[in-house]
Amino acid sequence: MKAAQVIMATGNNAAALAVKSARVDVVPGYPITPQTSIMEAVAAMVENGELNARFIPVEGEHSVLAAAVAASAAGARVFTATSANGLLYMHEVLHMASGGRLPVVMCNVNRGIFAPWTLWADHQDSMAQRDTGWIQYHCSSNQEVFNTILQAFRVAEQINLPVMVNFDGFAISHCLMPLTLPPQEDIDRFLPPHEPGWRLDPAHPSSFSNVTVASEYAPFRQMLSDDIMASVPLVKEAAQEYKEITGMWDGDTIDTYRLEDAEVVAFAVNSMAAELRLSVDILLEQGIRAGLLRPRLYLPFPSEDIIQALPQNAQVMVLDRNYNFGHPGGILAAELKSALFGRRNDITVKNRVMGIGGIDLTRRFMAAEIRAMMEE
Amino acid sequence: MATSIKKLPDIEQVLSGNGACGGCPATMGLRMVGKALGPNAIMLLTPSCSVASMGMTPKLGYNWPCINITFASAGSSASGIANAVEIMKEKGRFQGELPTVFTWVGDGGTYDIGFQALSAAAERNDNFIFFCYNNEAYSNTGVQRSGATPRGTFTTTTPTGKRQPKKNMALLMLEHHIPYVATATVAYPGDLYDKVLKAKSIPGMKYIEILAPCYLGWQFDMHDTVQMSRMAVRSGAWLLWEAENGKISFSNPSASIISGKKAAESVDDYVMKQGRFNRLLKGPDAAQRIAEIQGDINREIAFMRERAKIVY
Amino acid sequence: MKSVTKAYQPISWPMKGAGGDTGSWRTHRPVVDTEKCTKCQFCWAFCPEAVIDRKEITIDYRYCKGCGVCAAECPTGAISMEMEE
Repeated sequence: MKAAQVIMATGNNAAALAVKSARVDVVPGYPITPQTSIMEAVAAMVENGELNARFIPVEGEHSVLAAAVAASAAGARVFTATSANGLLYMHEVLHMASGGRLPVVMCNVNRGIFAPWTLWADHQDSMAQRDTGWIQYHCSSNQEVFNTILQAFRVAEQINLPVMVNFDGFAISHCLMPLTLPPQEDIDRFLPPHEPGWRLDPAHPSSFSNVTVASEYAPFRQMLSDDIMASVPLVKEAAQEYKEITGMWDGDTIDTYRLEDAEVVAFAVNSMAAELRLSVDILLEQGIRAGLLRPRLYLPFPSEDIIQALPQNAQVMVLDRNYNFGHPGGILAAELKSALFGRRNDITVKNRVMGIGGIDLTRRFMAAEIRAMMEE
Repeated sequence: MATSIKKLPDIEQVLSGNGACGGCPATMGLRMVGKALGPNAIMLLTPSCSVASMGMTPKLGYNWPCINITFASAGSSASGIANAVEIMKEKGRFQGELPTVFTWVGDGGTYDIGFQALSAAAERNDNFIFFCYNNEAYSNTGVQRSGATPRGTFTTTTPTGKRQPKKNMALLMLEHHIPYVATATVAYPGDLYDKVLKAKSIPGMKYIEILAPCYLGWQFDMHDTVQMSRMAVRSGAWLLWEAENGKISFSNPSASIISGKKAAESVDDYVMKQGRFNRLLKGPDAAQRIAEIQGDINREIAFMRERAKIVY
Repeated sequence: MKSVTKAYQPISWPMKGAGGDTGSWRTHRPVVDTEKCTKCQFCWAFCPEAVIDRKEITIDYRYCKGCGVCAAECPTGAISMEMEE
């Protein structure tokens, strides 16, 4: 049996290597900072024969996803990646992917949204796509990016839903970290070849998405809503089996740190949640019983797991890297409150927005913010 | 000589009792396309009359695997499918002969909202046939102007007649250096059939545009669909040509008009038979407006005559 | 394929009459005069609805929408459009 290999890789490299390990068939791509180097790496792997796939260099992100969903409808395993305005440009086709039940996997390398222009990370882009019917993971390390893309394909193809794998621009996408690459045969065992139940096939002509009367349309939309919720056990199963095969674990729907008897719980996603572990250590040293709860799955929102995991009477400090326009604070806080309402009246939720447009979020800064929030 | 009607194959890919209007030129054209392509093909549609015609879920009026996609993306989605079936065939996951991938898109989805994706697919020379059935307006939404609407046309968004000439879309596609470009129309089914058959045999990107006179949008009697198509060609308002690897050749009757062997018929009869023109051509400036329409036609004939002489 | 146990997508299958029994749309019906008909098949070629049998030159009235293209294009005037009851 072959041993795992450890290399140094950026988050974007890790994503490209996961695409190769997943034996993806088709990758449409278009450059946008900070995602570009994923597409460059995939194009290079296809060109030099490392990856037996088709790279389609299309002319814009709307076409990226339009090519992706169509290739998926033809039965191919399809990957792509984007960021910020590219993701917004795809908005119409995001709905087609979910409503059409096409298991495309896409990385979104988080970046703040125009206007004004920014290149750096916040989570407005992915969270603005909340209502498009995609499953959304948010990753906090390069290794988690690699692992999650493989888990995402498995879940996507089991339940016929598209999955977005989000991670922060630059802090993850461009930073080198050690990356463990499991042997390919282990990955093949975890992720079997894609065999869709339906595809565009001249041997069995059938059409996808004719105009649909309300009495037919409504049940399809209900099924979409139900199946997004039904993906939660599949996400857990994928994480568990990935752990059994590769020994690696990033959490399933949620990831926790020192949570069991915490009185103060930091709550955040992506790279800032990795840094928050260190903030928790600072707070613990200061005698504060702190812990961390990181939703690894943003959609479907893992309400039940959060409700089960939060210690009694905890104060939850939600650190949002986005705005919930029209409401005070951020989107994660609103989601959390909605999940807890009427279920966990013992919990206090406090919220601050920070790190917008890539403002650096250090362990000391966030520890100080949490202390200040405790006084509110 | 074009294939004669009696030699056209029996196969029907457009099924009787679909949702198209009576006398629909799009289904008429698609029937011929089906005879040339046969069943081993994958069809892409964007919002247009032919989507309204194909029937509602779970019924389908076309005998192909079809996908209805977002309006702007026929070109890119066709690339996605063409690449998908090719790589899956390579990997042993697609059984049988590779299918012909084709789009069936209206002029709005070609000239306007779909132009960017089409242009890029052509520049990449991806392996599919892009069909534009051109009824010179957004007929499905009740006849609004498009980039294919000729000057002088009444539509609901050009209530005093369109002031700008249409684009020469097929020529724009030719300048993408793709291996095959053709124009056709429903009055010449053998010509259309032959062009589709040829396109099917050529790898890379093919563009075929079919003029589709729509009785509803053009405001003529529905039994005149074929007659209107014929008059468009005889007046030179529509030129039948094809270009293989950039070399343009014309088919009759356009060839005779281009060579000067036979003069184009005056546009008067053609425009006066259509409500979309004649409702605007009864005023004091009628002569000038008809002259503008005739001028656009003359310009295109002169331009295409000279363009065809350039061989590279 | 058809063995799919759960239809996730809104899928449609090819069939005649996807738009219903479209013959009911007709106001006029084409009637072929077999004396005048030379079986040139022009009507068959131009019919948008594929409802004309090219050998027998008979019409499937269940789906014929009565557009009259066949009558207009018949070179011998063998098809007349008769008002429906």
